[in-house]
Amino acid sequence: MRRVLREESVRLSQDPQTEPPHAPRRSPAALRRGARAAAIDLGSVLVALALTFLGLLAITFVIGRVVPIDPVVAVVGDRAPLAVYEKARAEMGLDRPLLVQFAAYVGHVARGDLGLSVSTGNTVAADLRRVFPATLEVATLGILIGVLLGVPMGVLAASRQGSLTDQLIRVVGLLGYAVPAFWLGLVGLAVFYAHYRWVSGPGRIDVYFDGAVEPRTGLLLIDSLLAGDIEVFGNALSHILLPAAVLGFFSLAYIGRMTRSFMLDQLSQEFITTARVKGVPEWRVIWRHAFKPIRVPLITVVGLSYAGLLEGSVMIETIFAWPGIGNYLTTALLNADMNAVLGSTLVVGAIFIGINKMSDLLYRLLDPRAR
Amino acid sequence: MTAPLLDIENLRVTFPTSTGPVDVVRGLSFALGRERLGIVGESGSGKSMTGRAILRLVRPPGRVTADRLHFDGIDLLAQSPRRMRLIRGARISMVMQDPKFSLNPVMTIGAQIAEAVLTHERVSRVDLHSRVVAMLEAVRIDDPDRVAALYPHEVSGGMGQRVMIAMMLIPQPDVLIADEPTSALDGSVQAQVLDIINEQITSKGMGLILISHDLNMVASYCERILVMYRGEVVEECRADALADARHPYTRGLLAAMPHIDETRDELPVLDRRAWTTP
Repeated sequence: MRRVLREESVRLSQDPQTEPPHAPRRSPAALRRGARAAAIDLGSVLVALALTFLGLLAITFVIGRVVPIDPVVAVVGDRAPLAVYEKARAEMGLDRPLLVQFAAYVGHVARGDLGLSVSTGNTVAADLRRVFPATLEVATLGILIGVLLGVPMGVLAASRQGSLTDQLIRVVGLLGYAVPAFWLGLVGLAVFYAHYRWVSGPGRIDVYFDGAVEPRTGLLLIDSLLAGDIEVFGNALSHILLPAAVLGFFSLAYIGRMTRSFMLDQLSQEFITTARVKGVPEWRVIWRHAFKPIRVPLITVVGLSYAGLLEGSVMIETIFAWPGIGNYLTTALLNADMNAVLGSTLVVGAIFIGINKMSDLLYRLLDPRAR
Repeated sequence: MTAPLLDIENLRVTFPTSTGPVDVVRGLSFALGRERLGIVGESGSGKSMTGRAILRLVRPPGRVTADRLHFDGIDLLAQSPRRMRLIRGARISMVMQDPKFSLNPVMTIGAQIAEAVLTHERVSRVDLHSRVVAMLEAVRIDDPDRVAALYPHEVSGGMGQRVMIAMMLIPQPDVLIADEPTSALDGSVQAQVLDIINEQITSKGMGLILISHDLNMVASYCERILVMYRGEVVEECRADALADARHPYTRGLLAAMPHIDETRDELPVLDRRAWTTP
């Protein structure tokens, strides 16, 4: 018995937690260790990023090899003699071992070479530089609408749970799930373009203004501002408003619903009662105490929503004749234009990876528990 | 005796349920001066709801009614939400149960304590900082500058609860409601936290309502005790006269308490038929 006690006391004295609870301020050595840890952290983030991207390349490469589309036939046509076919095949490097082909593919992509598009005759990289900004522009405007309206709506609904306001906001959210995109797009065009003429019709810009400003970023709104051409800016804005609003409505519905449920969860927490006990005004209870902790999960929701929009909505881009990546990818698929398909897939995949990493980094910034 | 700080008569807290309204507090009456009052009772006896009802923090659909709910001559039930906020924290405050859940996880400890001051007063930044530091020292936190910069997840439960006490006492309220302030803490730090509350209350001459299910604890820190059962006060007595309690429920609770110098094979179980009328 005594021995057990002695062992107990020995263990207690060795317990690392029995050191004084108030450790001295960090020594310089500890700070250096901290800096080194941060560097290692950044390094591991970059390595993880590189590996993920390599995985993405492997997937697009494999897709390119397993689909029943023969890239050689796409170039020489299906009536070419066997000798021509074989020669083209060798020129394209398709007779080499798969691993060598993959290495070559990675090398090409690293140099920004995504191959030629058979349907447009341009390099895929040039095509993407043209179509992606169109999607980027409308998606960014859409997500801005979704966040700027959806988040306050969700917060408002949660802070007045069960009220008429809450009911109305929930109905709006439900509509965002229930209404098909093509219907909303068409009705929007019929009402705001065909009937009221509040906005311009399909396309990014009137033909008259096409090519009026030098494409520096590819984003018409920004290019026209850079060129100082307000007329072009106004025209581009009147074209983009409706598709952006339709996209914004769908992300608003999703973001608003998620915000509402995150907020309800926070508002039932004990620390909210604590804030009220302190006499903190209700707006501050809601925005400072309940909203601040949900910024972290909201980032994921907004990030995923934005990534979804950047993929390019085929429906919306088709209805609004929007020359974006969704349209490009669909056309490429229908024309068996493999280089264009793979290039677009690569871009979409890279966006997902990028946005995910970004939300990871923002997490650490915003949540003290994740640091 | 001077006019009481809290004067409560026939306090009722009602919640609607699918089988009709249920009173979780039914007709509670008591007065509190600058003294320490303990409220004991088992889980669900309505003791926590009493604390929240005084602060008018019972969430809808719960409803609070009373013949009288006065604090320092102010009719609490007649106050607008805005006026009620001026009373909360500044004049009546409450220490909550578990610092793990009752401190905001994404605000530093210093910011949370400072907020309690800034809600009610305009203070310069320098004064604010020195007051926060002094308050943390008063609840026996060494190195308060460092602790003020920490987040709640970086401190222990005992320290978290001391932070909670500091936060609730810094605006210098007249009444403190301590709702099971130690039930989430280890036995070794429970006494320390209670001693701090006690020291602060007596030195500032405040009124304390200590809510707990621990009869012994309440008896050793309070002058008066209310025993609640199913939303009603079944016994009211002085703490040192607890042994003479008459109500069968209190007697049952006392009998069920083990003592260190006795040998019992079995602790008695409460026989609820003794006091509930069929």
